[in-house]
Amino acid sequence: MLSTLKYIAVVLWSAFVVAPLLWALTTSFKTANGVTGGPTYLPYIGFEPSLDGWRSLFGGAGGIDIVRPYMDSLIVTSSASLISIVLGTLAAYGLSRFEYRAGFVKNTDIIFFFISQRIMPPIVLAIPFFLMLQFLGLLDTKIGLILVYVALLLPIAVWIMVDFFDGVPRQIDEMAMLDGCTPFEAFWRIVLPNSMPGILVASMFCVIFGWNDFFFAFTLTFTDTQLLPVAVVSLNSSVTPWWSLSASALVSVAPLILIAIFVERLLSRGTLAGAIR
Amino acid sequence: MSLILDTLHLSHNGEAHLDGLSASFARGSLTTVLGRTLAGKTTLMRAIAGLQRIDSGTMERDGQAFGTLPAWQRDVAMVYQQFINYPHLNVFDNIAFPLRKRRLPEVDVRQRVESVLSMVGLSNFAGRKPSALSGGQQQRVALARALVRKADILLLDEPLVNLDYKLREQLREEFRGLLTSQSDGTVIYNTTEPAEAMMLGDRIIVMHQGRILQTGTPAEVFERPANTLVAGIVNDPPMTILSGRLDHGRIVFDGGVELAASAHLKNLPHGLYRFGIRATEIEPSEGRGIPGRVTFSEVSGSETFVHVETPFGEAVMQLEGVHQVTDGSQIGLSLAPERLFAFAADGEGALLRAPGQGEN
Repeated sequence: MLSTLKYIAVVLWSAFVVAPLLWALTTSFKTANGVTGGPTYLPYIGFEPSLDGWRSLFGGAGGIDIVRPYMDSLIVTSSASLISIVLGTLAAYGLSRFEYRAGFVKNTDIIFFFISQRIMPPIVLAIPFFLMLQFLGLLDTKIGLILVYVALLLPIAVWIMVDFFDGVPRQIDEMAMLDGCTPFEAFWRIVLPNSMPGILVASMFCVIFGWNDFFFAFTLTFTDTQLLPVAVVSLNSSVTPWWSLSASALVSVAPLILIAIFVERLLSRGTLAGAIR
Repeated sequence: MSLILDTLHLSHNGEAHLDGLSASFARGSLTTVLGRTLAGKTTLMRAIAGLQRIDSGTMERDGQAFGTLPAWQRDVAMVYQQFINYPHLNVFDNIAFPLRKRRLPEVDVRQRVESVLSMVGLSNFAGRKPSALSGGQQQRVALARALVRKADILLLDEPLVNLDYKLREQLREEFRGLLTSQSDGTVIYNTTEPAEAMMLGDRIIVMHQGRILQTGTPAEVFERPANTLVAGIVNDPPMTILSGRLDHGRIVFDGGVELAASAHLKNLPHGLYRFGIRATEIEPSEGRGIPGRVTFSEVSGSETFVHVETPFGEAVMQLEGVHQVTDGSQIGLSLAPERLFAFAADGEGALLRAPGQGEN
């Protein structure tokens, strides 16, 4: 009885999660008539399928050219994530292994300072970021947005990696040094390969944030640079082309679904064992 | 002398971990450092290895000061209490790591790793990750990685402490053979167990609170403990120390209990002393001897340890076989006078007379 209830709960939850994707998938193959003609889900039976929605993503009528925002999103997210992970990992290793002291400021204060960056609501940060990028001449540029994302992602990377490095016995670094490694070699050759699960988790968080961010992309870029979430939302005008909107939404979530499958496989193989506590 | 440590001081948060420690270690020797937890044994090793900076003092190897060299240039190998190996490398690569780091030709690496693998009995496990091995095997890998380098100084910090009793006994035997094969280097082995120290070391250093209390051969340290602290550390269970007075050939404990002093104590001046006796030299006596109350007893394999509170201090008695002793019961203790150690009543209680010493 209990297991039946469990299955029912799982099926209902799956339906809740998958239904919007299925809805978007069917809608992306509809035309204006198909969308306004009531709820229909099966092609050829409920509606006449059309590729107009998908064509519109590549400069077709009523749509957008999705390639440029896609590439912009890809460049900004991957660059910001990479920089954040590299800097965050190095900073986290330092904070985990060495003691810093400047007056009353100690390691725990520095870590809290990193985390505190994320306590403030984004709207508070938007105006300072806008003014700074304007001052630097980096408004509406990919570099400007990458810098902002690095500032936002670095605390996440540092936070996750400090916690992870704290879990790697310090004696491993010492052993490597006694085996002839300099402190950096010990980090690079021994600690880092053993920290891949933590790096993967931190990277996943960074990529998801960078790829999904709408707010900063919307406030700090206009025409020269346009990220995918902004491009997709821009389709929502007085007459919303639901078929284009659905196709572009599917295209934009596709990389995250791929990441989810990849991470799920790693989890099931135990690669991330101990990485998430 | 290969390794000379001179007046090492190391404090942390105002607490002295090494307190003016001086010692020398001969090349080709195996020295065990015996001391209780927090005696400063691990700190001493970390200082020698360059993992912890000393506040003052000098360290020399073959006449060359090396105290300022970083850890990776000291040619020191170390085995920790914990089974520390590189988790991402298999057994072979773990052991080969320090050799490859020194850019030895791969042929030599293979030959040396295979030789040391066979020494530690892990030839069939070369391809396994450390996590797929038992605790004892993991510690053998750690030892193999330390041995393969033929390092000038080999430090072993209580390497068997996290293993079960049987395995500890087995590995202790193996370690003795493996470590003495390091004939060129200096081997230092930390332990809290007197039996281990006696069995392994050519020489024992007894440490307490960052200081060396005594240095000597196992027989010297065991038969002539320098003071009551050493007597407590080198005996397991610790030696019983009771306060009393030597008066006209008799040992008088407060409360009127008396023992005839044996020959080795008779020529000591009259006065107050601390008398020490090993747990194996105390026996229960019916209605006579030193009165006491059993605080607790524990059966350990084929022996029973009985802890007794007496008016002159706490005593521990080691009895052969399993004995049922009720906690809180009254008991009389019989001491063998000829087995008594006499320590000074003041200070750390320097040894004045040991059994068999000073007899005509």
